[in-house]
Order: sequence, then C-alpha cells, then structure tokens
Amino acid sequence: MSARIAVVNTRAANIHSVEKALSKVGASHEVVSGPSGLLDSDAAVLPGVGAFDAAMRALREQGLIGALRDFAASGRPLLCVCLGMQILLEGSEEGGLAGLGLISGSVKRLPEGMTGPGGEPLKIPHMGWNSVRFGSDDGSRHPLFRGIEDGSHFYFVHSYSCDPSDRSVVAARADYGVEICAAVAWGEIVGVQFHPEKSGETGLRIYENLVSQVFPSARAVG
Amino acid sequence: MLTKRIIPCLDVDRGRVVKGVSFVNLRDAGDPGELAAFYDREGADELVFLDITASSDGRDTMVEVVERVSSQVFIPLTVGGGIRSVDDMRRMLEAGADKVAVNTAAVRDPGLIELGAKEFGSQCIVLAMDVKRVERPLGVLGDSRALAEAPWQVYTHGGRFPTPIDPVKWARASVELGAGELLVTSMDSDGQKTGYDLELLSAVSRAVSVPLIASGGAGKVEHMHDALTVGMADAALAASVFHFGELRISGVKSFLGERGLPVRHTPGERSEGARWS
Repeated sequence: MSARIAVVNTRAANIHSVEKALSKVGASHEVVSGPSGLLDSDAAVLPGVGAFDAAMRALREQGLIGALRDFAASGRPLLCVCLGMQILLEGSEEGGLAGLGLISGSVKRLPEGMTGPGGEPLKIPHMGWNSVRFGSDDGSRHPLFRGIEDGSHFYFVHSYSCDPSDRSVVAARADYGVEICAAVAWGEIVGVQFHPEKSGETGLRIYENLVSQVFPSARAVG
Repeated sequence: MLTKRIIPCLDVDRGRVVKGVSFVNLRDAGDPGELAAFYDREGADELVFLDITASSDGRDTMVEVVERVSSQVFIPLTVGGGIRSVDDMRRMLEAGADKVAVNTAAVRDPGLIELGAKEFGSQCIVLAMDVKRVERPLGVLGDSRALAEAPWQVYTHGGRFPTPIDPVKWARASVELGAGELLVTSMDSDGQKTGYDLELLSAVSRAVSVPLIASGGAGKVEHMHDALTVGMADAALAASVFHFGELRISGVKSFLGERGLPVRHTPGERSEGARWS
C-alpha cells in the first residue's frame, strides 16, 4: 500500500501539472476540496498560481484554512508550491486577505528597476530557469531537497516573493537583482517559490523525495 | 542567475506535428509526445505548440495532445493557435498547458487578455503578435495616418491581414491588460534565416516590463545570441533550424554560455564534462 498524497484544490491552473508530476513518480494522489479528504491523507501538496486573495478565498470556501493548519500541526509533510508557498505567510502586498500564518513574515512585490550583471533591466515577473542554492543558515538541508545538485536550475514564475521574519526558515535562495527566498522549511512544512513540477528531472526529484518521506520503504523497493 | 531560454516551436495540425524533425531517428517524428520528449532531452527550456488546424472540430485533438505531452515532459508548455475565449484557455490549461498564447482574438477583443489574466493569472497569458515592417514607397509617406510614425504594423490571422496597430503600443497596452509575456514574430525575417529583427525586439522589450520571446529569423547560433543581447529578448524561439538539425539546442547553449550568457544545462549534459563547470 502506498501513501496517499492530497493535492489541495486552490482552483489554481497548476493543479493538473502537480498531479501529473505525482503520477510520474508513482505517488497515489487525489485532489481534495474539503477538510476530510485533506486530514485523511499522509502528505499534502498546496499548489498555487495567480492571485493571493483568490487562493485564500478558494481555501476559505472549501473550509480548508483551519484544516490546513490542523494538518500542518499534525507533523505530516506539506509541500507548498509558488503561490502555495506565499500563502503560508501572514499576508501579502498583493492582496488584502490574511494568509495561513504558518510561517511568520509577509510577501512583498519584487523591486522594480533592478538590473542584471550586464546592466540589463530585469523583467517582472521573474520568469524562467534560475539557479538555486540549497541550505539553511545552519548549513542543514531539508530532506525534500536531498540528492539535488547545488546550483541546479528550477523554473520560476512570480512577481511577489516571501520575506519570512525568522531567517532560519529560509531553506534555499536564488538571485534576481536581489536575493530571492526560493524555499522555506519549518519542520515538515516546506514552501518552494519555483515549480518543481515544471523543472524537469531535477524538479521531479523533490516529488520523489516527498513520496519517500511519507513512505520510507518505497525507496528501498523502488 | 536567471538563464536565457531556448524554445523550440512545434506546429501541430490535427494532432500531428508538421515540419517534423528530420534528422533524428525517431520512431514517429510527427508524434508531438515523442518530439517533446526529444527536445526535453536536448535541453529545451520550454516548448511552444502552435495549433494550425484549420477546422474547429479538429481542435479537440489539440487538447489530447497537450494532455499527453504534459504527462511525459515536465517543462513549461505554451499552447497557441485558435485560442478565442476564456473557455478555450481553460481547456488548454486543464489539459496541462502552463501558458496560452493569444493573437488574433486579442486584437479583435483586447478584453480577452484581461479576462484571462483575472481568471488564471498573468503568468498564463502570452500575447503573441505577428509583425511586419510598413511598406512605403520611397520618398512617399504612408497613406494611413495611424502608421505615419510606426515602422512596423501588426498582422492577424496567421499573418494574412494587416492592421494599423503599432506593435510597440500594442505590447504596452496588452501588458497593462494583464499579458505576462510577449511572443514577437517578425514576418519579414521568418523563414529567411538571416537573423531576428533586432530593432523590433529591442523596441518592444524596452516598452514593457514583462519577458519577451524573440521569434522569426533564426538561421545560426549568432542570431540567437544577438536576439538575447542586442534585441534584449529573454528567450529565443526557433522552429525549422531545430527541426532540421541545423542547430542543436545543446550547441546553442554552449555557444551562448561561452560568450557569458547564463544558460541552463540539464543534468545529463553537465555530467559530460567540465565544459560548463
């Protein structure tokens, strides 16, 4: 029997991509649109693209805000992608609604008018493949990022970025004129600003790691 | 550092890739899934599928194509051609596309960009435009006052119909409406293999804050380098030079990398040697 991973229905356009990545790594998964489906699962992915308030509204309408907090408190793995990462924080300059507040800090618009190393203007959104440096300030690396070469490229698309107040939760960084918080990790809660489901084999490794985290023997078998 | 993207474009007619890759030993070069996987292995940073199916009933097959490709290949997919409504966008996004490109329908009704961006987010909406230099007899001003100053004009319907629209203004307007990326094709350069229209690219790139994909004119690797530097484009798209093996994506990337442009190398490539280390 394999672990069941819930894909939280944030009504975002990338839910299907996340599902396909989970299928590819052989994870049994299901899109959940209510508290019971989420709370019955062994791990969850919180996908998101689009607007902060729209995602929070979608969660509220499905009664998922409290359920996500309970799920996180239960210590089961929760992987939050892109906007899913941003709504982990307390709020965003993009919207007026409160976030989940599982990580303290807020989400800020990427600064305008930044230039790259050659003096070229940097576009917003930050869109494309950027190199990611893994590791927290204490030098540790979260198990979800195991087996990934440091500096590997991941696909990003975002105009806002997380600014956690406790810097020890920053688990990966990227450069785009300014240092971007590419991942946060707090216990079993992990948020990634990039899209692992769109980052080729390297990205799929994160989903594989998620599966082996939930069901450790899967690695030995597979 | 953010890398410059190299994007192969595949034309799909009734579920089959036309102008298919001719140089590799694929079992079926007309199969979109197989070609997508091939370009993924080659190091493509993204794929664009352009649906050129003429009949509307043939369009359902495009949904199946996107569904199949996105289950096999885990890099961003943009789908364009025949996207006329928010429902068309939703079908493609639900099938697994990451972005949809609108062209003619957005010229006819710019509100489509706004509706799409509101519904799915700007990052899903690519404005594609086909652009041609305005032809004026020497020494005579163009007769259309709207075109009096603009050196280029936007065409619709796959480049068949001219409009009085200035691409630079259109780019700016579309971004204000919510377009998250621009795909700019020079019709003058397309198929000529003489290089991208660098003047057009840099004019559009300067006018907007969103990323720009250069299209039309790639013949050699230097052209891609120029588009990404002089043309100020964030990504370079090409079709036939890749399909016919005149350029290999890995070769393009090492050329760009050697000239100091940031490019992404796939793990397979990196292990081949110290070339990119």
